[in-house]
Amino acid sequence: MAGEVKTKLSKNLLRMKFMQRGLDSQTKKQLEEEEKKIISEEHWYLDLPDLKEKESFIIEERSFMPCEDLLYGRMSFKGFNPEIEKLMIQMNSRCKEEEIEVDDKMEADVSDEEMARRYETLVGTIGKKFLRKRDQRVLQDEDEDEDGNNNTRPSKKAKKKFLKPQD
Amino acid sequence: MRGSRRRVGACAAMAAGRGAEAEACVGQVVLPGDVLLLPAHPDEDAERLRLGAGAAPRGRLLCGPGLRRCTAGLLVTKCGLLRHRQAGGSAAGGAYWVDSQQKRYVPVKGDHVIGIVTAKAGDVFKLDVGGSEQASLSYLAFEGATKRNRPNVQVGDLIYGQFLVANKDMEPEMVCIDSSGRSSGMGIIGQDGFLFKVSLGLIRKLLAPKCEIIQELSQLYPFELVLGMNGRIWVKAKTVQQTLIIVNILEACEYMTAEQRKQALAKLSGN
Repeated sequence: MAGEVKTKLSKNLLRMKFMQRGLDSQTKKQLEEEEKKIISEEHWYLDLPDLKEKESFIIEERSFMPCEDLLYGRMSFKGFNPEIEKLMIQMNSRCKEEEIEVDDKMEADVSDEEMARRYETLVGTIGKKFLRKRDQRVLQDEDEDEDGNNNTRPSKKAKKKFLKPQD
Repeated sequence: MRGSRRRVGACAAMAAGRGAEAEACVGQVVLPGDVLLLPAHPDEDAERLRLGAGAAPRGRLLCGPGLRRCTAGLLVTKCGLLRHRQAGGSAAGGAYWVDSQQKRYVPVKGDHVIGIVTAKAGDVFKLDVGGSEQASLSYLAFEGATKRNRPNVQVGDLIYGQFLVANKDMEPEMVCIDSSGRSSGMGIIGQDGFLFKVSLGLIRKLLAPKCEIIQELSQLYPFELVLGMNGRIWVKAKTVQQTLIIVNILEACEYMTAEQRKQALAKLSGN
């Protein structure tokens, strides 16, 4: 008897987030569409033609700095205040740098090919530094065995791999 | 000759109530209420191929001080000479602005100004910057300032800082650090020196990239100079006499021609 009668849940309750977690995507979409329909019918809107977005290619600016490219206001001459003189060079070169950046590319001190060559050898040597002890021993063995005795120690050569437990 | 005829035509068009081409009025006196027409945006005229400045994807046009955007183009709000800068560099897309003269400063965001401390109200200093209201400066807005480590600012000190907030609805706020937290020259201006006021136009002239006045003065004596966009200049040299000489030159050079200035400086360096 208790199993047959199911309390009827209201629509609002069903629309709540925790009730929708169990639903599949299709029912969710259906519910969403129904909601939108309800909203759009009641929703008031203006019956006007769409206004064109204003051209956004003019920026209004109330300051003179970007217009006239003014220099930095603190200045010092003939070494009166060395810190300010350093600052002057820094600030005013920032403005000029922006102009120069566009034009020239940085000349590389080292050519690309040399860089690639160095990198090849470098990766190997520095990589060895970070090997664990076991792997280092393996490497050493490899180097030693290169002379001749490959057959004597095959078992130690093999790295100990993880053995998956069989069911 | 043709150029001047075109300009006279532009003025007549303006007087008749229609707008005039912005390019035609560059270097001319414009009055508030004048409408400056800009060449149409390339996207609208898709058929016509425009060669020259309009062809490249246009950067934003900078509408500087004294100008406002309006439906037809730019509306002039101050009287003065119309200036124009070509596209490229910091003003991508070109810039138009009105070069006007005034003595009274209106705070603008981003401007570096010299302020005089008038009051200490708890955690905030009140500065007089020459505007309609006093600007506020928090004690934490200095480089390396913490709650325990407060800057040593007294009433009457001079401070070089920039505006963080400056509009007609709110009290202006200043800071003495830039966006990365470094002071980059801002903060308390040191002891001694002389502070005086000039018109805003002269400050802009002095801060122009290649200013002859500054270059000529720098040959005279070693000295230090701080220029605030609010019309205030602070000068410090080794002796009081040298300081006063520099002050007098800076004040007078607004109305001197280049010749007169060179003569005056020649006399001084002779002394």
